[in-house]
Amino acid sequence: MTKYIIRRLLQTIPVLIGVTILVFSLMHLVPGDPAQIVAGEGASEQTVENIRERLGLNESIPVQYGNFLGNAVQGDLGSSIRSGRPVMEEIASRFWVTFELAFYSTILAVFLGLIAGIVSAVRHYTLADTSIMIVALFGLSMPNFWFGLLLIQWFAIGNWMPESLEFLKMRPSGWGDSWRQIILPVVTLGTGGAAIIARMTRSSMLEVVGQDYIRTARAKGVSERLVTYRHALKNALIPVVTVVGLEFGGFLGGAVLTETIFAINGMGRLTIDAIRTRDFPVVQGTVLVISVIFVLVNLIVDISYRLLNKRIDLN
Amino acid sequence: MSVPEIILEVKNLKTSFATDSGEVRAVDGVSFKLPKGQTIGIVGESGSGKSITSLSILRLLASNGKIKEGEVLYKGQDLLKFSEDQMRKLRGNEISMIFQEPMTSLNPVYTVGQQIGEALMLHQNMSKKEAHIRSVELLKLVGIPSPDKRVKNYPFELSGGMRQRVMIAMSLACDPEILIADEPTTALDVTIQAQILELIKELQDRLGMSVVFITHDLGVVAETCDYVAVMYAGQVVEYADIRSLFHYPKLPYTIGLLKSLPRHDIEQDKLEPIKGNVPSPHDMPVGCRFSPRCPAATDLCRAKMPQLETDEKGNQVRCWIYSEEWDGESEVNIYGETRIAKSRGTETVLPD
Repeated sequence: MTKYIIRRLLQTIPVLIGVTILVFSLMHLVPGDPAQIVAGEGASEQTVENIRERLGLNESIPVQYGNFLGNAVQGDLGSSIRSGRPVMEEIASRFWVTFELAFYSTILAVFLGLIAGIVSAVRHYTLADTSIMIVALFGLSMPNFWFGLLLIQWFAIGNWMPESLEFLKMRPSGWGDSWRQIILPVVTLGTGGAAIIARMTRSSMLEVVGQDYIRTARAKGVSERLVTYRHALKNALIPVVTVVGLEFGGFLGGAVLTETIFAINGMGRLTIDAIRTRDFPVVQGTVLVISVIFVLVNLIVDISYRLLNKRIDLN
Repeated sequence: MSVPEIILEVKNLKTSFATDSGEVRAVDGVSFKLPKGQTIGIVGESGSGKSITSLSILRLLASNGKIKEGEVLYKGQDLLKFSEDQMRKLRGNEISMIFQEPMTSLNPVYTVGQQIGEALMLHQNMSKKEAHIRSVELLKLVGIPSPDKRVKNYPFELSGGMRQRVMIAMSLACDPEILIADEPTTALDVTIQAQILELIKELQDRLGMSVVFITHDLGVVAETCDYVAVMYAGQVVEYADIRSLFHYPKLPYTIGLLKSLPRHDIEQDKLEPIKGNVPSPHDMPVGCRFSPRCPAATDLCRAKMPQLETDEKGNQVRCWIYSEEWDGESEVNIYGETRIAKSRGTETVLPD
């Protein structure tokens, strides 16, 4: 197992190098002179030259990449053009906000998704199954930004809420430390994820339930409940784990719309703001960090996959 | 000779499946008796309903399957009237089953020890530790080398033959009264087949189990069984002790089956197949189901379904030739063998 983890870790190195090359190229793939873009139209020759000097754009491309990689490995992703603060600092202050949102959303998605998926599979082709799958299809098709807006309309602005539910009422006016303010964004993100997990769990369970070893378990005198939870679920979860991991990774990097709607100062917001203001070092930094996280989440998924299913070999 | 106790008797069992193209009667009138400590072979072609019969006995049918009629008497009690809870206590405990596909019949995410131990913990209230110790003993019993190491293996680490041994160990865990073996050797190499058959026979002698052996292989039947029920298109068509069946089969279908087997003891230029195909379950003949293929079929055979008739030895046959109503010749030639019809007053004599 240790050997497997080490080998798997080594495999991530070429992936990460590829990611840094892509991130580095961002600045050079955008049409026009990056220094001119940063300086804005109508800037003086001298200003553009200063910016070019500051960003190190006078060096040859390989040297620039070498510098970028060398600094990045040491945790130095340059400084924000807009605020002048180190990019790492900017990211660190926003990362935990996004992490918290992604973490709770994943928990909600797994919790709802597994229950819905299992119920659906155990009672397949019944009314319960059909209703759950219709709701899941709805949850899957509903764009996050729209669902988020609806939630705000219903729970934060609307006046129809019964008094017992008043505590849910909140204003989408920024990210405080109150746990209540996390509920609506988590519901927005988590329900979409739950829909995917529910569908995956259902189809995976239905496939497993038809296997010969399930019949063997029944022939042994195992109760239906244990057949479902001990014999079927453990096998059915193997593909679901991948989906959960990818969703968590996706939430970390892709909660841009949800963060924008709920005015959450997370990584998504940071990225969007940086793109809008052409703050290249910050864009590079956020994309790089999100990519690294995604690679790490995938690594964890692979390892847990292996823990669940002993048959999987690295080859 | 004392009359042996009948441990399992299936009476007129009928099992149907609901499919998109309508109801399919997979088992349509199956009856047989299994005396205690003996082996019955259920033989038939693919699709004759033999596996469904075995699954019906333990009520393990897929959700679209339903037992419509009949009785499954185990020690005189009808299992079809048992509650699901009662059935569960019986399965794997008093009646256990091994399946055709050793490669897929074990759960891939549990060790063989965990899977054998599960039955022990369920039915015999053993602790995890006791179950583990017993699992090792069982693996040893079924001839798995270094069982203390193998008990921690996952199924994918074992060969097909080894897995079938594990399945047998699992089914024997609680000393069952009856073992149902559904084509246990079909998926294995010939050499491994012989080993597994030998193992089942040896364990049966040692533990005093009764065995229901489901197979399409008459060679396996000759080696292992005391009684045989031949199935055709969902029905038992001939039931006899092994000696009668092989020396003097009565039913044209059985005669044809035996004639189509390669034999080493006589000179054969070519094998004689039974002409035609098994009827589709959606389009069953009105009369005898074998009549479209039977060389001796008469108008009576094609018009009316014969019933299982029992002779003085307790053997049964579903064929008009052996009934009072027979409308054909008194000496019937079937695949080169002569059978004497009952209506002409002659008793069939079994040659020694």
